[in-house]
Amino acid sequence: MIPELGQFVLILALMMACLQALLPMVGAARGDAAVAGAARPLAIAQFILIALAFVALSWAHAQSDFSVANVVANSHSAKPFVYKLTGVWGNHEGSMLLWVLILAGFGGVLASGASEDKLLQARTLGIQGAVAAAFLAFVIFTSNPFARIFPAPADGMDLNPLLQDPGLIIHPPFLYLGYVGFSIVFAFAVAGLISGKVDQAWARAVRPWALAAWVFLTIGITLGSWWAYYELGWGGFWAWDPVENASFMPWLAGTAFIHSVRVLEKRGALKVWTILLAISAFSLSLIGTFLVRSGILTSVHAFAVDPERGVFILAILSLVIGGSLLLFALRAPLLTSKAGFAPVSREGAILANNILMSVSCITVFVGTFYPLFYEIVSGGKLSVGAPYFNATFLPLMGILFFIIAPAAMLAWKRDTIRPALMRLWPAALVAVFLLTLALFLTWPKHVAAAFGAGLAGWTMVGVIIDLARRTSVRASGLSGAFKKLVDLPRPYLGMSAAHFGIAIVAIGVLGAGVWRTEEILFMKPGETISVGGYDIVLNQITEREGPNFLSETARFDVNKDGEILRMLDAERRYYPVRGMQTTEAGIWTSLRGDLYLTIGAPNEDAGHAVRAWYNPFAVWLWIGGGLIAFGGVIAALPRPAPSSRRQERPELAKAHG
Amino acid sequence: MNRLVFILPLTAFVALLAYFSIGLQRDPSAIPSVLIDKPAPQFDLPAIEGRATGLSTEDLKGDVSLVNFFGSWCVSCRIEHPLLMQLSQAGEIPIYGIDWKDPPGAGTAWLERHGDPYTKVGDDADGRVAIDFGITGAPETFIIDRNARIRYKYAGPITPQIWEENLAPVIQQLRNEE
Repeated sequence: MIPELGQFVLILALMMACLQALLPMVGAARGDAAVAGAARPLAIAQFILIALAFVALSWAHAQSDFSVANVVANSHSAKPFVYKLTGVWGNHEGSMLLWVLILAGFGGVLASGASEDKLLQARTLGIQGAVAAAFLAFVIFTSNPFARIFPAPADGMDLNPLLQDPGLIIHPPFLYLGYVGFSIVFAFAVAGLISGKVDQAWARAVRPWALAAWVFLTIGITLGSWWAYYELGWGGFWAWDPVENASFMPWLAGTAFIHSVRVLEKRGALKVWTILLAISAFSLSLIGTFLVRSGILTSVHAFAVDPERGVFILAILSLVIGGSLLLFALRAPLLTSKAGFAPVSREGAILANNILMSVSCITVFVGTFYPLFYEIVSGGKLSVGAPYFNATFLPLMGILFFIIAPAAMLAWKRDTIRPALMRLWPAALVAVFLLTLALFLTWPKHVAAAFGAGLAGWTMVGVIIDLARRTSVRASGLSGAFKKLVDLPRPYLGMSAAHFGIAIVAIGVLGAGVWRTEEILFMKPGETISVGGYDIVLNQITEREGPNFLSETARFDVNKDGEILRMLDAERRYYPVRGMQTTEAGIWTSLRGDLYLTIGAPNEDAGHAVRAWYNPFAVWLWIGGGLIAFGGVIAALPRPAPSSRRQERPELAKAHG
Repeated sequence: MNRLVFILPLTAFVALLAYFSIGLQRDPSAIPSVLIDKPAPQFDLPAIEGRATGLSTEDLKGDVSLVNFFGSWCVSCRIEHPLLMQLSQAGEIPIYGIDWKDPPGAGTAWLERHGDPYTKVGDDADGRVAIDFGITGAPETFIIDRNARIRYKYAGPITPQIWEENLAPVIQQLRNEE
């Protein structure tokens, strides 16, 4: 009964979405505010209905209702309860339901808030409704999560064990919050194209949404890479896998957008470019979803390979992306800007950032899709791997890191480059020091990585110098500087945090990606493997039975200079229902670096295969990612109360007038 | 600005869409193996310790059969072992075993302990034949047709479900071939 109810409310939600797509457009075209305003209650109703459907599916999973096909395919009665719940979105149908739930959620939040421009809000909700209608139809017609199965089997097929992990509880929802969050930005862009009004008020309205989506995506990508690091047991954190790239491309486009929308907000320039970035960010999110689900590109992540769904998604893509780009081709030439544009200025620097971001995004795009193009054109197969991305993407990032610090120091409108560079001399000193140190420690390998370390240091110190200058730390001392720091504009504070964060990530990438060391050995209890200055003794191997798996655990003693520092367990699990193996690496994390141990299959004579890595600065990746997201949050916060400031808030100005 | 510039993104997207539509036509699960539909590599392996006969390419001719790479050191092989036993007891299909990288005697002892599903077993102690077959790990199973050509490859332990869904249909089809 409950699954049928879920199905029913989902169909109701589709109807709401269709109305939501239609009414505001009609209302706005006729100038009828009442009709256009209907979008708001419709968006909220649509969200509530989809939420009910989601609860219904969760209920079926929690109860292990094996008369529902989706539960059979992805659950098992012996599975721990928390994974029964996360199993709701650990599969194609459920994850699509989560997708539309989040889409409707963003629409609902936009609908329930006040807005400066009622027509813009209504049109934006209309576009959001149209996108929701397309995806609800996709769920209902090709990916029905509530389909029954008859006769009901006695037990289910279990969830892919790689997905039975705490990381999966939160990683996909965050990623979706990011992907889908860009739908609002997209809807704003299309609404702006329709009305022809893309101005500073438009930028002010869209910026918090873009930042929210971008923060969620940042967290989603960081969590995903963390999950890959500790669960997949290969010692790495990023593989340039197509699905990883699929989440990375909207992030790059989104990063470019949150920079350029700032120029639009402050200076009224870069209109066309900003609109194009908004469309691109969401288009790349859609292509990301499409990638995973169509079977166009396969990878470890692709858990729904079904060409029929691919055709449907392709149709949605043509409508949403093709339609918006057509509108762009027709209407964007009408967007004009009177603002002047000096090359050496904050906006000039942001434009440089935008070009680098876009080019690097295209680089990733080409690398991701080249195998597909190649196969279609020549019939052969090839794979584009890390060497391509390292050779193309990383140098672009090098240039980017070079300009971050000086760019952030430039003033709006017009500035000169020299004073900024002069102020940065301590950063240059630190950069040269780090470069030399890295060269000295790793010579003769990894010369490029040493330059990377220098650039990361340059950026970090550059951010600190600029903060120190703006808080006039020399004149007012530390406590006075702190007061001033809190009072600095929020976007500036957020930017500084994010820039510092990306430099920390860079150190993590260099450490865990380039400077890591690795050893492989067949080991029996009592034997020793040495890596990163540690001597690791295999103590014992025990077998045990988990709730839905069998496992072998190896216990290691970690020694340094003959002293036992701690014990570390590495585990290997076998899930009989799916016939899959997973590794649970033993990881000892510290700021200096991670010791990372995995065990493989045993060989009767030689013992177990043991792989040991030392990954310097690995944890910096997640700390930096968190700091970037934190910066985004700060930048999105509303301005502090006007008591300490001279400007008036626009709402107040309106109330007085 | 030139109006053409504004049409550029749309044009690029249409081209991309065309590629995607072609991309949808192909079968994503077809993992290329250069060996599929090629004759099985030539080999003549000695018997494992304590057995009289080994295994050679000649043995594969005449009937649809399985070639299964295993090793006493391989845990996953123990997982699929009961299924292989079941198939051999039911007389479903001849299964030829290749004992991969085992020390002398280990394979025989393993088969004595867990049962022997194989019609014949060859000893590939140095792994030379496994390289010819392009083995990446144990167990791996090949379906060989009557003319000793490789027609299908499965990497990893065969579970009853995988047998029913993937291997059995191929075997049925090969038997129906003339």
